[in-house]
Amino acid sequence: MENLFIIEGVILLILMLPVLFRVVMGPTVIDRMIGVNIIGAKTTVLLILIGTLYGRLDMFVDLALTYALLNYIGSLASARFIQRRKTPEPEVIESMEMEP
Amino acid sequence: MTDIITTALLSLGLIFFFGVSVGLLRFPDFYTRSHAAAKGDTLSTTLLLLGLILYHFFNMELSWGSVSLCIKIFCILLFVSITSPTSSHALIDAGYESGLEPWTRDKGEDR
Repeated sequence: MENLFIIEGVILLILMLPVLFRVVMGPTVIDRMIGVNIIGAKTTVLLILIGTLYGRLDMFVDLALTYALLNYIGSLASARFIQRRKTPEPEVIESMEMEP
Repeated sequence: MTDIITTALLSLGLIFFFGVSVGLLRFPDFYTRSHAAAKGDTLSTTLLLLGLILYHFFNMELSWGSVSLCIKIFCILLFVSITSPTSSHALIDAGYESGLEPWTRDKGEDR
């Protein structure tokens, strides 16, 4: 059973990499926010898995609960901030614009 | 028997999360990507946490510490299943109010 948890932790970490790709490459700001929300939700599961493997589950459950709360508050605050801006268009990096 | 249930629940959670990552890479627009993200993420987190609860429920001794652990993980599950759709809805609503337009087929570009 312990081998199953180790394999699953590694697969969970590998499957978080495309989400990280979307956080880096996402054309709009909200793409990045959704990616951060997903990574935060899966980190709580990963924390409980690590707690199961190490045997000190009572400490890691408190950490996971705190991280779930922080993730939610951060997503809500960022959504509230984005709502007051104008259109989140794809950004153009200033140094890449060519002068005619 | 209990090992089979735990393994099945954990594997289902990982399969749905695989669907989330493929969907995040392949969809053309922000609105379609957040469909895959919000639904798949909530469901896979719920299934994974449920598998961990059952594993500890079947292998625990009857003391107050172990019972409170299962109750705490169940509280995390309830919290995530209520707040993750709420925060996804807040993000999509913020995108809509700021004026992001959906992808249509005749525009044809990846956004």
